[in-house]
Amino acid sequence: MAVAYELRCRDCGKRFKNDPLSSCDECFSPLEVVYDMDAAKRTFTRESIAGGPASMWRYQSLLPVPEDYAAPTPAGWTPLLEAPRLAKRIGAKNLFIKNDAVCLPTLSFKDRVVSVALANAKIFGFDTVGCSSTGNLANAVAAQAVRMGFKTYILVPADLEPAKILNTQVYGATLVRVEGNYDHVNRLSSQIAERFHWGFVNVNLRPYYAEGSKTVGYEIAEQLGWRLPDNVVVPMAGGSLITKIRKAFKELVELGLVAEKQVRFFGAQATGCSPISTAVKAGSDIIEPQRPNTIARSLAIGNPADGPYAARAIRDSGGWAEDVSDVEIVSAIQELAETEGVFTETAGGVTTAVTARLYAHGRISPDDVTVSCITGNGLKTTDALAGKYEAERTIRPRMADFEEFVAQHEVRGIVVDDMVSGELVGGEYVR
Amino acid sequence: MSVRVLLPNAFQKHTNGAKEIESKAANLPQLIEEIEVSFPALKQHLRDSDGQLRRFINFYVNDEDIRFLGNEKYSFQDGDEVLVIPSIAGGSSSCLNALGASLCSCCSYCGRENCLCDI
Repeated sequence: MAVAYELRCRDCGKRFKNDPLSSCDECFSPLEVVYDMDAAKRTFTRESIAGGPASMWRYQSLLPVPEDYAAPTPAGWTPLLEAPRLAKRIGAKNLFIKNDAVCLPTLSFKDRVVSVALANAKIFGFDTVGCSSTGNLANAVAAQAVRMGFKTYILVPADLEPAKILNTQVYGATLVRVEGNYDHVNRLSSQIAERFHWGFVNVNLRPYYAEGSKTVGYEIAEQLGWRLPDNVVVPMAGGSLITKIRKAFKELVELGLVAEKQVRFFGAQATGCSPISTAVKAGSDIIEPQRPNTIARSLAIGNPADGPYAARAIRDSGGWAEDVSDVEIVSAIQELAETEGVFTETAGGVTTAVTARLYAHGRISPDDVTVSCITGNGLKTTDALAGKYEAERTIRPRMADFEEFVAQHEVRGIVVDDMVSGELVGGEYVR
Repeated sequence: MSVRVLLPNAFQKHTNGAKEIESKAANLPQLIEEIEVSFPALKQHLRDSDGQLRRFINFYVNDEDIRFLGNEKYSFQDGDEVLVIPSIAGGSSSCLNALGASLCSCCSYCGRENCLCDI
């Protein structure tokens, strides 16, 4: 049985039937999807979820799609990894990584939101879809749109990472590089969606798009054995994801699927674009726009659409927000890869560096169950690591050369590893 | 001196379908007043219960967010194109004091402490 849903104005509460709308026509506030929660109590159960597919569509009955909708792409159900080696380095004990760097089909959490948005683009009868994007959304829209038969126009800032541009073009999408930052691109997208009557996933399909983010929260709870964590650390660009994970946890509590618990939410931004963390530190929900200047381009939104809501979600939960420098971001990318085998893009470097700082500053207790959300894959932003690794010298295909190589490498390795977890005893390295 | 003001679809229910106007306003406050005079039905929707312009309505001048141009202090130039665009999402100022500090932790939409609103 499908759970009924409709749109509701966040501010004045005016109700709307399901249409491609983003703003209330009375107070111009944003719209969101609301469900018949009484019906959900009957259909959204642990048993029904467990019987669903190994994808985000196991939660289909509490997503804004019809009951018989068959998603063409199995996004979501990404690993929740224990991170003991990273935890040891940063002074944590119960640290988990929600690894959306391996989300299908394009290796970022945006695959989730696009799945729901394009389902609704089909329902509303659009033949052309598009988005404004800092890269990951562009990749996800391009890949999924081609499987659903849409024409696709995607607008991005002109200076986007080359891999993200290529990963959009390869699917045949029409890419429009705009001279400006994401905020310029976003404004133009709003105008285009109105003028051309296309389905822009983060404009006139946004209420539906945003619901896809909820599945990150559902999965965290289910993968923890149907319990909520103590803390969640979430990267913030537009600010939507952190609010939607919170919404997911609240829904699970209301439906009786997890025990009620005060989960604290922590937001992560780059110092070069930190309008939300700046507001949180000032104790305010008022977001002052910034000019982005950071290597974390996927988070480089100077005027975040959901910024006020993100700041409020953080404050109301008893959490905090932090921002970190580009140097820290790169170091954290390396740290996460070297300790846990997770290669993240710059946004994940932001999240990891902020997580470490939260422990260092005592904002998170070492014993807390904490989930750090990694939302994108490092293969898309390898340019951030340019110059960080020397090319190893070559050897001839001879055992003697290899033995010499190993001897030199181990000497270097002792110095490096000793700083991590081993120690030198009588001139010999002992782990 | 004249500027061209482009209005969003969301306004048109209150503007008899008008999508743009020519204005002689010298700055943003004057422009807002002029819009309200031209379209009285829009006035009660543009401002919140305190009479403040709703924060999720954005103004751009020739592609630039007016907040980066000085906001209310910016003087319109002849031929400026002004875009009015609601945020895709927005903010709420209820339960905040004049400095933006929180006065309580209730939901700004439903008023409950532990609500299910998406904030």
